[in-house]
Amino acid sequence: MDIFAQVMIDGLLTGMLYALVAAGLSLIWGVMDVIHFAHGEFLMVAMYLSFWLGFVGGIDPVISWMASGVFLFILGALTYRLVISHCIGKSAMPPLLATFGLSLFLKNFCMNRFSPNFRILQDTLLGGKTIMLGSITIGLPQLVTGVFSVTMLFALYYLIKKTRLGWAIQATAMDREAAELMGIHTDRIYLLVFGLGGACVGIAGGLMTSYLAVHPEVGGLFGLIAFLIVALGGFGSVPGALAAALIIGMVEALAGFYIAPVFKYVAVFMLYLVVVMVRPKGLFGW
Amino acid sequence: MKTTRFQQRDLVWGILVLLLAVLPLIPGVIGNSFRAHVLIMVLLYASMAQSWNIVSGYAGQTSFGHSVFFGIGAYGAGMAVVTYGLTPWPGFLVGALLAAVVAVLISWPCFRLSGHYFAIATFAIVEIFNRLFMVWDWVGGALGLDYPILTDGWKNFVWSQTKVGFYYGALALFILIFGIVRWIETHRLGYYLRAVREGQETAESLGVNSTAVKLAAMAFSAFLAALCGGFFVQYNYRVDPPMVMSLEMSMKFVLITILGGLGNFWGPLLGAMILIPLQEYTRAYLTVLGSGVDLIIFGLIIVLMMIKQPGGIMGIVTDFGARRRRAGARPDTGV
Repeated sequence: MDIFAQVMIDGLLTGMLYALVAAGLSLIWGVMDVIHFAHGEFLMVAMYLSFWLGFVGGIDPVISWMASGVFLFILGALTYRLVISHCIGKSAMPPLLATFGLSLFLKNFCMNRFSPNFRILQDTLLGGKTIMLGSITIGLPQLVTGVFSVTMLFALYYLIKKTRLGWAIQATAMDREAAELMGIHTDRIYLLVFGLGGACVGIAGGLMTSYLAVHPEVGGLFGLIAFLIVALGGFGSVPGALAAALIIGMVEALAGFYIAPVFKYVAVFMLYLVVVMVRPKGLFGW
Repeated sequence: MKTTRFQQRDLVWGILVLLLAVLPLIPGVIGNSFRAHVLIMVLLYASMAQSWNIVSGYAGQTSFGHSVFFGIGAYGAGMAVVTYGLTPWPGFLVGALLAAVVAVLISWPCFRLSGHYFAIATFAIVEIFNRLFMVWDWVGGALGLDYPILTDGWKNFVWSQTKVGFYYGALALFILIFGIVRWIETHRLGYYLRAVREGQETAESLGVNSTAVKLAAMAFSAFLAALCGGFFVQYNYRVDPPMVMSLEMSMKFVLITILGGLGNFWGPLLGAMILIPLQEYTRAYLTVLGSGVDLIIFGLIIVLMMIKQPGGIMGIVTDFGARRRRAGARPDTGV
C-alpha cells in the first residue's frame, strides 16, 4: 500500500509539471488552431538557458526560472512574428511543418553547440533534498516544481477567465473576424498567446533543471506528451489540461512500476488511443 | 476527360522513365558512387512520398504514421534474411501484406477522429511501435538486425561492388509506385478519393462509401510504403527501430510531398529532387562544422519554404501557369 501511494504521488508530481508544459500548448492550439511542433524544443531551450545560468552564473533554478520565462516569452513572440504570422491561414499544414523545421533547427543547433551529452546542475538549492511523509519519500525539487507549476496554471486560468485581456483572447479563439470587428487587435493577441505559450515552457523548463538532466533530445518526449494531454483535455481548456496531465502522470508512474519501465510511455500512448476511440473529442471536449 | 486515356503527362512520364533507365549506361554518370547514392535516395524517397500521397494527398487524411508501415516492411525483409536465412523476396511480400493489414486495423478506428485528433493518434502509434520494437527480442530489440555477408545479385537483392543493381531496384520501385498512383488517379478509386477529400458528406450522399474508400487508400499506401522499407533495409544492410520507425522518418514522407505539391502526381518527385540532394550533400560536405549542421540547414529551409510558398513547388508552377493563361485570355473575359 505504501509503495502504491509512493508511486501515485510520484506520478502526480510529474503530472503537475506536465500540466504547465501542456497548458502553453493548449493555449496556442485552442486560440490559434496551430499545432506547435517546436514546443518541446522550446522547453529544451529553457532548460539549457537555466543550466548555463546556473553553471556559469551560479544562479539557482529557483531564481533563474524568471529569466527563462521571459526569454521564452520573447522567443515565442518572435516565432509568431517571423514565422507563424506568415503561414497561418486556411490549412493546418504550413504552420505545423514550419514549427517542425524550427524544432529540427533548435535541436540540432543545441546538439552542434553543446554536444549530445547529458548535463545536470550540481549543488542546487533544492537538489537531492527530500521530505518524509510517514513512509513516503517526496523529492523536494519535484514537489516545489509541481506546486509551482500548478500555481502558474491557476494564474493563467485567472488571466484568461477574469481579465479583459483574457476575454479578448477568448473572443479571438471563438471567431477571429468577429473579434477583429469588435476592435480587438487579433494579430497582437496571437503574438501574446504565442509568447504566453513560450513563457509556460520557459518557467517549467527553468524549474526542471534542479533535478533533471538537459540534453538536445529532452524536448521531443515532453512535446509529444504535451500533445496527448492537450488532445485528451480538450483544446484550449486549462482545467482539462490539468486533469489530463495528472491522469497521464499517474498512468505513466503506475505502468512504469507495475509493468516495466519501458512500458510507461507505451501505456500513456495506448491510454490516449483508447480514450479518443470512446470519446473522439477528448475527455473534456465537446 | 475519361475518354482520353493517353495524355500528355503519360508521354512525359514515359520519356522520364526511359532516361532514368539508360542513365547507368552512360559512362561517368553512375561511376561516381556518391552520385549514384544520391540518385538512389531520390528515387526511393520520391517513391515513399508518393505512397504517402495516396492517402494524404488524394484522400486528404494526413497520416504521420507512415514510418510504422515503412518499418514493418523493413523488418519483413530484415527478418527473412537475418532471422530465417532466406532471400529477402518473401520478406518483401509478407512485410508489405502485414503492413497493409496493420494499416487497416489501425486506421479503421482512427478514421472516426477528425483533424488534429487523427494526426496525434498517428504520432502516438509511431511511438508505441518504436518502443515495442526496442524491447521485442524476436525482432532484434534495440540492437536491430545486422546482415551477414551475402553473394551479390538479384536473388539476395544486395550488391556490394557497384550501386547499379540498387539503382535499378530503386527505379523498379519508382516505376511501380508512380505507375500505381497514375492508375488510381485515372480510375474510379481516384475520383472517389478526391471526392472524399473535397467533402466527405457530399461524397457519401452520392453513394460513395467513404470509410471503405479511405481504408482502401490506406492499405495501398501502407503496402507500397512497406516495399520501400524493404528496399531501405537491403540498401543499408541493417535495421533498428529508430532508423525506420521514428517521427523523423514519418515527417520525411510528409515534408517531401508537401514541398513538392500535395495531391499532385509530380509533387513527390519534385520534393525528393530538391530535399534529398540537399540533405545528402550537406551531410557529406558540412561535417567539418560539427554534427547536425545538415539538419540545421534542412530545418531552416523547411521554415523558409513554408513562409514563402506553402503550396510547394507545384504551387509555384500552377501560379505561373494561371498567370500565363490570364495574360493570354481576352481582357474582358470574366473568370
